[in-house]
Formats: sequence, structure tokens, C-alpha cells
Amino acid sequence: MIVLRNLHKTYGSHPSVDDVSLTIAERGVTSIIGPNGAGKSTLLSLVARLIDKDAGTVTIDGLNIDTTRSEVLAQRLSILRQDNHIASRLTVRDLVSFGRYPYSRGRLTAADQAKVAEAIGFLHLEDLAERFLDELSGGQRQRAHIAMVLCQDTDYLLLDEPLNNLDMKHARGMMQLIRRAADELGKTVVLVLHDINFASWYSDHIVAMRAGRVVHSGPCVDIMQAGVLSSIYDMDIRVQEIDGKRISLFYE
Amino acid sequence: MIRLAIGLGITAVLVLVSLFVGVTDISPLDMLRGDFSAQQLQVIMASRIPRTSALVLAGSATAVAGLVMQMIVRNRFVEPSTAGTMESAALGLLTVTLLAPGWPVMAKMLVAALFALAGTALFLRILRMVPLRDVLLVPLVGIMLGGVIGAVSTFIAYRYGLMASLGAWSMGDFSGVLRGRYELLWIAGILAIAAYLAADRLTLAAMGRDFTTNLGLNYRTTVWLGLVIVSLVSAVVLVTIGTIPFLGLIVPNIVTMMIGDNLRRAVPWVAISGAGLVLACDILGRTLRAPYEIPISTMLGLIGSIAFLYLLLRKRHHAPA
Repeated sequence: MIVLRNLHKTYGSHPSVDDVSLTIAERGVTSIIGPNGAGKSTLLSLVARLIDKDAGTVTIDGLNIDTTRSEVLAQRLSILRQDNHIASRLTVRDLVSFGRYPYSRGRLTAADQAKVAEAIGFLHLEDLAERFLDELSGGQRQRAHIAMVLCQDTDYLLLDEPLNNLDMKHARGMMQLIRRAADELGKTVVLVLHDINFASWYSDHIVAMRAGRVVHSGPCVDIMQAGVLSSIYDMDIRVQEIDGKRISLFYE
Repeated sequence: MIRLAIGLGITAVLVLVSLFVGVTDISPLDMLRGDFSAQQLQVIMASRIPRTSALVLAGSATAVAGLVMQMIVRNRFVEPSTAGTMESAALGLLTVTLLAPGWPVMAKMLVAALFALAGTALFLRILRMVPLRDVLLVPLVGIMLGGVIGAVSTFIAYRYGLMASLGAWSMGDFSGVLRGRYELLWIAGILAIAAYLAADRLTLAAMGRDFTTNLGLNYRTTVWLGLVIVSLVSAVVLVTIGTIPFLGLIVPNIVTMMIGDNLRRAVPWVAISGAGLVLACDILGRTLRAPYEIPISTMLGLIGSIAFLYLLLRKRHHAPA
């Protein structure tokens, strides 16, 4: 369980994250949605200790991120930023192997090697394992990064806009994969999404942010309501039910 | 592994050639048969072995330092001589030569290393303050910074009649290497091994702060570790040999182009190739105009600038990775 209490972060004069208290339950997929500048990515980075917060506490399974050693946290929680542009010339296997760094400090044991192979297999990257990242397409590279954080084998997986730069097919593939990671591997996945229909289709919970605050949080059906969505995004949004899933329409 | 052994073999051959090239005629076969004069033995022990050791140590350490620099700056076109590091080290050496001329060479080297560390940290700070979109601007900023620091050094050296020393430091030259005057370079060799031991951490640092933090590694500490290695190597090489241009640039670039940026694999290759290239340049420099010598900085300046141009133009054609 991830518990955020009175979290604050201010850039310049504007609070980016403003007094956020939130509990993210174990297991399942939680999507954070909201307009640009709502503080979604900042919130994720604060939880993952990538940026320093101004006030508040974050605990992960009871471990306070301020007082827990970074290498211990790295075995509980992993994060993938949206701008994971890596200039390094590494092979896919190199990259995925670095997911074991919190455990092995670079000296891979047989168990580590097995985890690496498992993560590569989970993302169907076997044929690309020895290729350099800069020789791959955007979608393949994204899968390699996901394989790395899976290989890190943490209970919590934070993904900042994992669908960025992916076409429809790859975006769907990515969401199916995230669902599998939650269902088959028992992960707790928290992701920032811009496409609310993807959020609706694949998540268990939705957290909606606006102007640095959490304005709604709950099961998908509670958030995927015309009135709720319209207030979050400040525009008319209709919601229809198709095959038991709620889909928003906002194109006119 | 087999390829690495071949690379090692080529460098070993170069080491042997380097030992037996010179004004005094010494044949390897005679040496093996035990057929040599006391004078020949003297030349081998006091001049040839020190020179070859210096070439191997300085060559491998300089190349590895260039690689480490490229990792922590996250730019392929920086090395200690395009980041203000070498110029800062020279300023430090000049300062200590003026203020404390009696200090042992070890202490002078440490002062030079401190200046190198400060100069490189300043370079990184400038890069943080001025985010640059173009990868080629980063070394340009470094060269400009080096130019400013070099100008300060030149001004001081001119005022105090130390222009000759400054000139010697900026021109790498192995012809002055004798027993008792190169041993500091073993420190550079140890630092290259340290870079190998820290290979995983440095590879991670090259992927940025977020990536490193996610894996539970302290980014700042790792960058500082890299900076200390680079600064010490630069200072040691400057004090003993002088600046060896382009070596830290072309060797790591060619090696990582072929086998990638995972330092655990790249560091041994860079060390072997750096030593091999310096040995080859030195052998050529000693034989082309024998009995005169072409300094290593001239040889590498020629080869290096052509290779650098090639890398730049190639980079322009292909999308940067």
C-alpha cells in the first residue's frame, strides 16, 4: 500500500502538487488522469523519490521514503519516466540486466540471469535481446524499458505516460501487458495516462488530478461519469457504455 | 573473449617492438641468448622499459579517463582536453610551481588534480545552467572554458617566465621518460582499474539521475567518483608526460561504436586500444625521422584530428542515438 499524506511541491510560485493525501491499494492498476499541468507526473516522481518534496510524507508498505535507504526502496518500487531517452549504446539484455542492480550490484547470479530471461520472455524480446537500443523502433525500446522495470521485480510499478509516442496497436499492446503484469505477476501498477478511455478500459481505480490537487479517486465506474469528467477537464464529455465498459466521447 | 585476447596480443607485440626501437641497437634475440653488454642492459632498464611502461600506462589511463568523462557528461565528444580539465590541471601545476617550487612531485600532482576537479565541476555546472540542445555545443563550451583557463595560465606564465614549462605540459612527449621520472603513472594505471571496478555504476550514471535513483544508486556520488578518477588521471599524465590530445576522444568512440557503452565490456577494450594506439604512434614517431623524434602530441594531433572530423561528420549523417 502506498500512502501519501499532505504532499506539497512548489515550482516557482505555483504549487505543482498541493496538499495531496491519497492511498493506493495493493494490486491492480491505478491510473492517474487529468489535464496538462495537473501535477500527475510530479506526483509520481515525488512518490518515487526522484524529486524532493517540500512537505508531506510518503510511505510504501509502511516504509517512509525519507528514512529508508534508496537501495531498499529500489527493491520495492520502480519507476519509468516518460522521457526515458537513453543516449547510451546498450543492448536490450544489458538494459534489462540493470534491473537486477538493486539486488546484485552488477554481479549477476544465476537467479538474476533467470529473472532477466523471464522479463525478456514476458515482453517477447528474445529475438531483440542482443540488439542495441538505438537500433530499435520506439515501441520496441519502450518494451525494453518495461522489461527492465519488471526485472527489477518490485511490488510497485510506477509508469509515467507509458503510451507516449506509441501508435494505437502498440498502445493497446502496452496496456494489455500492464494488465497482465497486475493479474499474472500480482504487481501494483500506477500509471499516468492522457487517454481516459484506455484508463477506463484497463484500470481498476482512477485518480483524477486538477491544479495540483486530487479531485476524484475511486473505482473506474465512479469516475467515468459525464458530470465528473466534464468538471475535471472543463469541457463537455459524454459517457457511453459499450460491452460493459464506459467510454467517453468528447470529440465535438 | 577471443577478440579481446587478439587485441591484447597485438598490444603485446607493440610493447615488444617499442622496447627494441631506438638509437642504441639492441636485438631481442641477443637479449634472449644473454648476449648483451652492460651498456645495452643499462639502456633497457633505465630508458626502454620505463618508456614502454609509461606509454602503456598513460595510453590506457588517458583513454579510460576519456570514456569515463563521456559517461558522466553524457556526451560523446568530451574528454579531459575538451572540457577544461587539462587546462585546469595545468593552471594548478603552474600555481604550485610558482608558490611552492620545493614541493615533491606527488604533492604538485595532487594540487593539479584539485584544480582539474574544480575546473571540470565548473564545466558541469555551466552545462546544467545552459541546457544545450545540440550535442556538438557541449565540447565547444568545454573548449571555450579551457581557452579561458589557458589564457589565465599563459598570462601568469608569461609574467613569471614559465612559458617553456607551460609549453612542455601542453605538448605530450615521451622522450624525457627515464627510470625515476615516470613512476607516478602507476597511479593512473590503478585509477583505470578503479574505473573498471566502478564500471556498472558509471554505466548507470550515463543513463541519468532518474534512472540511477530508481535503481537505488546515488547519482551525485557516482558522478563525483567519475570526476575524481578523470581529474587524477589528467593530473598524473600532465605532470609526467604532458597533454596527449584526442586519445580520450577517438579510442572510446571507436570502441563503443563497436561493442556498446556497457563499461564492464568497454573499459578493457578502451584500455588495450588506448595503449596500442599510443605505442604505435610513439614507434612511428621514433622511426620516421630517426634519430630524431616526432612528439606523441604531434602524431596524435594529426591522426586524432582526422579521426575526430570523421566521427563528427558521421554523427551528422546518422541520427544521434
